[in-house]
Amino acid sequence: MSNSVLEIKAISGHAGPVPGRDASRDYDVCKLIDVTTCIGCKACEVACLEWNGYPFRETLFDNTYQTMPDLAWNYYNLIRFNEHVAEDGTFSWLMRKDGCMHCADPGCLLACPADGAIVQYQNGIVDFNQDNCIGCQYCVTGCPFNIPKFNHETKKVHKCTLCSDRVGAGLEPACIKACPTGCLHFGSKDDMKDLADKRVKQLHEHTSHKSAGVYDPSGVGGTHVIYVLHDIENPQYYGGLPKDPQIPLMVRIWKGPLKWLGNFALVAGLVTAATHFVRFGPKKVEEPKKEEVV
Amino acid sequence: MSTAAATHYVSPDSIQRYTFHERVMHWLNAIAYVYCMATGLAFYTPHLFWLAVILGGGPTSRFFHPILGIGFFIAMIWMHVVWRRDVEFTETDRRFLSDVKDYATNRDDRVPPQEKYNGGQKLYYWLMYYGAFLLLFSGLFLWFPEYISFSLAWVRHLMIVLHEIAALITIGGFIVHVYMSVWLVPGSTDAMIHGFVSRAWARTHHRLWYIRMTGGDPASKG
Repeated sequence: MSNSVLEIKAISGHAGPVPGRDASRDYDVCKLIDVTTCIGCKACEVACLEWNGYPFRETLFDNTYQTMPDLAWNYYNLIRFNEHVAEDGTFSWLMRKDGCMHCADPGCLLACPADGAIVQYQNGIVDFNQDNCIGCQYCVTGCPFNIPKFNHETKKVHKCTLCSDRVGAGLEPACIKACPTGCLHFGSKDDMKDLADKRVKQLHEHTSHKSAGVYDPSGVGGTHVIYVLHDIENPQYYGGLPKDPQIPLMVRIWKGPLKWLGNFALVAGLVTAATHFVRFGPKKVEEPKKEEVV
Repeated sequence: MSTAAATHYVSPDSIQRYTFHERVMHWLNAIAYVYCMATGLAFYTPHLFWLAVILGGGPTSRFFHPILGIGFFIAMIWMHVVWRRDVEFTETDRRFLSDVKDYATNRDDRVPPQEKYNGGQKLYYWLMYYGAFLLLFSGLFLWFPEYISFSLAWVRHLMIVLHEIAALITIGGFIVHVYMSVWLVPGSTDAMIHGFVSRAWARTHHRLWYIRMTGGDPASKG
């Protein structure tokens, strides 16, 4: 997006108009994760750490091929490893790159009370600004994907930035650059959806994954990270991917009707008190014969 | 009667309504509550986020809000130990509340004689008392949400709503409390600062308490 200022406006000695002058640009970015081609190599995890400048953190071996049990404040990107036995007895390893989905309708942003701690860019990236974060973790409560993670020492919350710093400079995110199998793609949302649809069609026609599909959940307005899954009917097989993620109802009530009701009640309370004072005034004390000092 | 007179100073002009102990307790409670209310309102709406800014910034407010919240709860328990007998609901209070319109429209001559606290004051007391429990309970979940597993996320969702409802209800009571003590009933603020009220004040607003304190006949004394 920042590169738009470098789009050519006029060219010297050029026959005809500026090439692409009337072309409209699609700024909506998207990361496509084709889990059917993920081999679980964790190159994306390493690239993520390197780009964000985090050393490898302590981990816990839990008898799987997963690097650590969960995402962490300094570990934005985790390949979730799940063993799955299908109804026909087929055994498979499901690898899913877990991280922020960059919802078009982000629950974290709705829940956040701190001015400027969470921003959503025009290109769809949802980014945390730790300078403005107050550490309340309402974003954790608002997120339907269990993504934001709290740093106990700095009292700040972190998550995947979709490499907004790289994307702003016209580069692809670090994880995309590192992926060796072509499982990860990055581009405009429309292009990625086309690519995902093509891959799903391929899976339907050439493999046994007849229920393959694209995971772009509409409950959160679509996401700027989309998956191609072997089995779109059962996203929960992939380590807790919700089937129909929504901003939690209680968070909607909290930031919707309850807020307006509360605002009304607070203002009405102050107005009523002031009106009462003007209408009835202060209470009088029944004075006895002699004057008393109150 | 005699015990009250022993701890509360009564002079020909004035009666001690609050001891030093009670006043300190009230104001510590008030400081803790007002701090939590101000910072809480800052987290409640962006239009009041400036409250957090003037109180030292968002992160500072987030850090101290739960700690002062514990302080408010402790002060409330302290208050309960000291005032619980004074705020027990009686038949007089029920009658006061059923005819509260007379009191609210300043037709005080129609209001039946009241004890040290009238029905409305007791109602406010119990609102804050139970409010403190609700706020503490729901607040603990908001304080340490990272220890609630994602499978129990609904608990976090519920507690945020519960905390806000409890807070709004206590703020409603607080608005009435401040309006009445600062503006509607002159002498109340002074009583909570210096401890004393005039005999006329006591006789007008809390006649049963006045009689108990002075042992006097309300008609003859003055």
